[in-house]
Amino acid sequence: MSEKMILIPGRSAKQGTSLNIGKLKDEYKEVTSTLEMNTDEMAKRGLVDGDKVRLSNDIGETVVSCIGKKPEDLPNGMVFIPYGPPSSELMASDTAGCGMPLSKHMEVEIDKIST
Amino acid sequence: MTENTKIIENATCTFCGCVCDDMILTVDLDEKKIIKSKNACVLGRAWFAEHTIEEDAPAAMIDGKEVTVEEAIEEAAQTLTKAKFPITYGLSDTTCEAQRQAVAITDRVKGNIDTTTSVCHGPSGLAFQGVGESTSTLGEVKNRADLVIYWGGNPAESHPRHFGRYAVTPKGMFTPRGKKDRTVVLIDVRKTKSSPVADILIRPKPGKDFEVLWALRALVKGKKLSDDIEERTGVPLEVLQDLSDRMKNCRFGVLFFGMGLTMTRGRHFNSGALLALATDLNEFTHFVAKPVRGHGNVTGADNVVSWQTGYPFGVNFSRGYPRFNPGEFTTVDTLANGHADAAMIIASDPASNFPKKAIQHLKSIPIVVLDTKCTETSKDAHVAFRTSTYGINTTGTVYRMDDVPITLRPAFESPFPDDETILKGINKRVNELMLAKHYASGASGEVKVASPI
Repeated sequence: MSEKMILIPGRSAKQGTSLNIGKLKDEYKEVTSTLEMNTDEMAKRGLVDGDKVRLSNDIGETVVSCIGKKPEDLPNGMVFIPYGPPSSELMASDTAGCGMPLSKHMEVEIDKIST
Repeated sequence: MTENTKIIENATCTFCGCVCDDMILTVDLDEKKIIKSKNACVLGRAWFAEHTIEEDAPAAMIDGKEVTVEEAIEEAAQTLTKAKFPITYGLSDTTCEAQRQAVAITDRVKGNIDTTTSVCHGPSGLAFQGVGESTSTLGEVKNRADLVIYWGGNPAESHPRHFGRYAVTPKGMFTPRGKKDRTVVLIDVRKTKSSPVADILIRPKPGKDFEVLWALRALVKGKKLSDDIEERTGVPLEVLQDLSDRMKNCRFGVLFFGMGLTMTRGRHFNSGALLALATDLNEFTHFVAKPVRGHGNVTGADNVVSWQTGYPFGVNFSRGYPRFNPGEFTTVDTLANGHADAAMIIASDPASNFPKKAIQHLKSIPIVVLDTKCTETSKDAHVAFRTSTYGINTTGTVYRMDDVPITLRPAFESPFPDDETILKGINKRVNELMLAKHYASGASGEVKVASPI
């Protein structure tokens, strides 16, 4: 079993511009399927930019490609993805009585997909 | 580009909650598109450039087949009136006028209405009710604020003009030198494109925002904190003490807060702690707190649903009067719990960003969709309307994130009807169908109240 990391889905400018083009278009799908991980964590897992990884938790799983960020920008143990259909696959529906699913702090396992 | 162009001055961008109303648009009237949007940010430019007219797209469809708008209105009304638990959702990217119609329809069918607020600042809405809100307009921030704190947000990418138009660099009445008269603090778990604007960058451990907020409340009140606060939160005691001192000693402070607080561990408790901190600080100086709102008229949705029902979101009419219960009547819950048996989705795309379980149920029930583009939600719709874009093709009222209403100046006409027109049609037909249902049941006096769910 791989080490768990905290997934933070959020907005990005590229996601914002691509959703205006259309959420069913390739650009939006690509933006929301690109995971940011710091380069130390990538090296630990033998990953390089563009490699595919499987994100999974108790709710579901999804396959995305990853891209490196500087360790001083994105700390160890944390990964970021522009939110969209892939991040929904991992989101629990329990809202703890407030209507809001836990959308920004998901524990996920990350496994490299061998090519 | 043709020669048949016109300029629209003081147009409004409705992409995000900044609702910047200083756009200068150049419109190609023959091509029916905006070819230049002066003053717009990167998101605004994409908003104006990409909302063109797709002439080939049908204005209305039932189960994927083109029909007339009138036929689609009839089918939408039939779908909603036949359902036992119809839900209405979305509303943050349409006008207040359309939102009013949506509330009226939901009221008539004894349904459930909720907006995208429930999955953005819904937790803050709960905190407002519990704690209160020390508030102001963005104009006051521009003119007065000398300490600006962003907590759990990345405005450089989500609201690119927030810094330049409202809170960081603009020169105001009591901030004549712009950014030089302000201290900017950014609090976030990661370094983002917003970080360079900050004079002070604070990075708590993920999921520790509440603890940091509570620690600041203690320091503001003069309490001593134990030395292990850095180990618990990732923020050194001296950094917290320095921020506490700055907050107490500023002239006008503002806390802008985003999804980094509401979508993570603690949710409404995080928003409540931040609002309480702002309240505490008013013992020493003037301090306000403002949620940074996402969609162009999500603030209008809160206002309209509140005027009409008494509550801002998550409202159920099944007993004939409005009831508010987040966690039960909010849309992720009505879907994930399997309660909803029909849905009307207005200007929103829950099928692409809701939790998987909620999406699975949504796809199993008849959906009526109003949207300007084809989406994950509209492609599975039972009834789909293609509508014109608010602020580009139609006028109306929207609310900026600080509750300031702004009238829209459209740029060019669309062949597609606007949301309000469609919803008025559905409302009229729903009224006729509900009255027929009422009299067919043998009733003659008051309208029968539906059974509690």
